[in-house]
Amino acid sequence: MSQVINIDKAVFARRKRANKIGLALSMFAMVLGMVFLIWILAVLFIKGFSAIDLNLFTQSTPAPGSEGGGLANAIVGSLMLIVSCTLISTPVGVLAGLYLSEYGDRSKVASVTRFVTDIMLSAPSIVIGLFVYALVVAQVKHFSGWAGTIALALIAVPVVVRTTENMLRLVPGSLREAAYALGAPKWKVAFMITLRAAQSGIMTGILLALARVSGETAPLLFTALSNQFFSTNMNAPMANLPVVIFQFAMSPYDNWVSLAWGGSLLITFAVLGLNILARVVFREKVQG
Amino acid sequence: MSNMKTNFDLNQIDRLGGSVNVENNQQPQSEIRNALEVRDLNFFYGSFQGLKNINLNIEEGKVTAFIGPSGCGKSTLLRTLNRMYDLYPGQRAEGEINFYGQNILEQGQDLNLLRSRIGMVFQKPTPFPMSIYENIAFGVRLYEKLSRSEMDERVEWALNKAALWTEAKDKLNQSGLSLSGGQQQRLCIARGVAVKPSVILLDEPTSALDPISTGKIEELINELKHEYTIAIVTHNMQQAARVSDYTAYMYLGSLIEYGKTDEIFIKPQRKETEDYITGRFG
Repeated sequence: MSQVINIDKAVFARRKRANKIGLALSMFAMVLGMVFLIWILAVLFIKGFSAIDLNLFTQSTPAPGSEGGGLANAIVGSLMLIVSCTLISTPVGVLAGLYLSEYGDRSKVASVTRFVTDIMLSAPSIVIGLFVYALVVAQVKHFSGWAGTIALALIAVPVVVRTTENMLRLVPGSLREAAYALGAPKWKVAFMITLRAAQSGIMTGILLALARVSGETAPLLFTALSNQFFSTNMNAPMANLPVVIFQFAMSPYDNWVSLAWGGSLLITFAVLGLNILARVVFREKVQG
Repeated sequence: MSNMKTNFDLNQIDRLGGSVNVENNQQPQSEIRNALEVRDLNFFYGSFQGLKNINLNIEEGKVTAFIGPSGCGKSTLLRTLNRMYDLYPGQRAEGEINFYGQNILEQGQDLNLLRSRIGMVFQKPTPFPMSIYENIAFGVRLYEKLSRSEMDERVEWALNKAALWTEAKDKLNQSGLSLSGGQQQRLCIARGVAVKPSVILLDEPTSALDPISTGKIEELINELKHEYTIAIVTHNMQQAARVSDYTAYMYLGSLIEYGKTDEIFIKPQRKETEDYITGRFG
């Protein structure tokens, strides 16, 4: 009897030891990750906050050598690019996702679309920038806000397509059957019941796609480029935060570098805001 | 009864009860009218045969219950009656199902119209993600153009039919998902009744509900059978005994015994039925 207890104790001690080692390793990995994350955020906050003042939002990017200046043109430009990207990628992405989930299902077209979408999801954004450069910029012979919009939309659409499809697949088949059982035709079931049941999940997907797109620099370098002046002309080169940060951070002027930090902080806040909004929207759905 | 060379047109069927002059309806033996007549029905999930040579009549204005152990094909049979199986590739039915004399298994039926005439309520409550009012109006709008006040009346009428009006009248604009499980199921019944079908199929409508909600739904079935033909699938034999006029016992895809509920439960003809009902099996 006492032997049995002894064996149990030995096993127990070994398990406790293994547990401690496992816990220590995973804690170490967690701390390592958190240290860098907090480091990045701390530097961003310290350098960024000192750059944020009213001028940042009211003045345009300064000329080389001049004092002060702000990011008004880049902020407005970024907003215009992202809003127009949303207007293009939402209908295209949602309708394509609806097709994949409700109509295509296991057909050849659908599986090819799914495969291509997955490739597009992981395509380097610089390749997409180059593609739009060749397709649009090289043809019309000038950089433009529209070209930037197209490049961003090409990055956002696959994200929206896949989240839409996944969210629609989560809608229980019994809900579709219930609508069919009333005599509803397929398109009404798809648009009025299934899409509606998944709408907060789809909203979340769109917001996350926007969060991803709003920090993209590479595709805009080839397409929207940047603009030193305030401009809302989508047919002309357009200032935007990522490219301004890219140019200013490497410049020799102190006020430019400081503006780059301020812009970085703004983007971080925007992405954080979008992510929080996405979570809130999704939670509302879960609570019904 | 078999000369059903019909050019199928569900529009012929009177919207309120299916009283059509079907000229080739030769059933002189009595005034019993069958809403649905199933003839030599075989059903396949791919290569697996889910139903084997089913023959039965579902009488108008009565409640017909399907009982049997899990996987016996009772839900499958119910799902052939409004061709719900048609949504899934690889599932097919052979034979005849005559709905007031029209073979609904024939090619080229308007399935949407058919399903508006033969409604269905499912095991789990499935309110649509919209308000209680819209839940009911959705189905009505598919086939009828009603003014706002007519629609209000119809919604109230349907909720009354489903014994939900007093509980729901003050929150018609709230989400259907805000109701309790039993209320949601009654909302689904109201939704089905609102489009004024002639047959209502109930697929284990109370198996996800508590005893009190179950009692309410059973009362409701007793009310509704005066105006609608009802077919119900249930796991609960006491429920079948309580609510139905006819009972069909199914096993392994075959119809073992079919008859008046009293007779099936008191003196079943077949040994298998008796074993199942007395709890020796299943």
